[in-house]
Amino acid sequence: MSSTWLAVSIVGAGTIVCKAIGPVLLGGRTLPPQLAGIVDMLAPALLAALVVTQAVGADRELVFDERLLGIAAAIVAIRLRAPLLVIVVAAAGVTALARVL
Amino acid sequence: MGAVASVVMSATTFAGSAQFAAASVLSAAGSVGAAATAAILLNARYVPIGISVASVLRGGPLRRLLEGQLVVDESWAFSRRRDGTFDRGVLIGAGLVLYTCWVTGTAAGALGGEALGDPDSLGLDAAFAALFLALLVLQIHSRRAVVAALIGGTIAFALVPFTAPGVPIIAATAGCLVGWRKR
Repeated sequence: MSSTWLAVSIVGAGTIVCKAIGPVLLGGRTLPPQLAGIVDMLAPALLAALVVTQAVGADRELVFDERLLGIAAAIVAIRLRAPLLVIVVAAAGVTALARVL
Repeated sequence: MGAVASVVMSATTFAGSAQFAAASVLSAAGSVGAAATAAILLNARYVPIGISVASVLRGGPLRRLLEGQLVVDESWAFSRRRDGTFDRGVLIGAGLVLYTCWVTGTAAGALGGEALGDPDSLGLDAAFAALFLALLVLQIHSRRAVVAALIGGTIAFALVPFTAPGVPIIAATAGCLVGWRKR
């Protein structure tokens, strides 16, 4: 087995297990209220981390580049209550344009 | 990475960031262990995410396992209602649409991707940041949520220079502890 296929197999199995733990072990039960409050706050914490890593993250360094112009465009679009697609396209377009210039 | 391996990976590891991480480690001549560790660390967030949606999935263990595979950041965030519950229809529907697009898109990219050139030149990296930002704004409807986001973002920012990709995101989930309520 080549190293590529080995990596594909391990990562595939690991991901399936990660995604399955909650649904399979918890079943249809709901969490006790204290835990539910914590799980509710997962979304903002996780999404903020994804924004940061995607906007200024690189491999073990912070990189401040054209992406920030795209994010600025996205913030303007969000403030104007633009649809999601417009927000995303604005960010990509501005970033791509800045990289050409 | 070959075309067939890429498509198989999209079908089994339905989580883009982990795939990109594994592929980038492998293409930089990194070890299989390093590639798999980076990818699985990135996907460790699906343990808490899976716990949060467990109550809206249905059926026996096998069906729940399969439905759980459709959960990705985007379908999860889209389906989350303001009151913190999840819309099953949106979760499964968005998951199926994203899954289909992802696998066919991977096939198209593997076969014709050379013509596109570097995806960064299209600004796709910023597009994902903007998507997550827009989804984050939808989740902010209490002071507690603002604090959770600030803690999560700060932890990620502080750790990026020092840890392998994926670790900052997992560590940032500590921000959710502000949700603890006394009985």
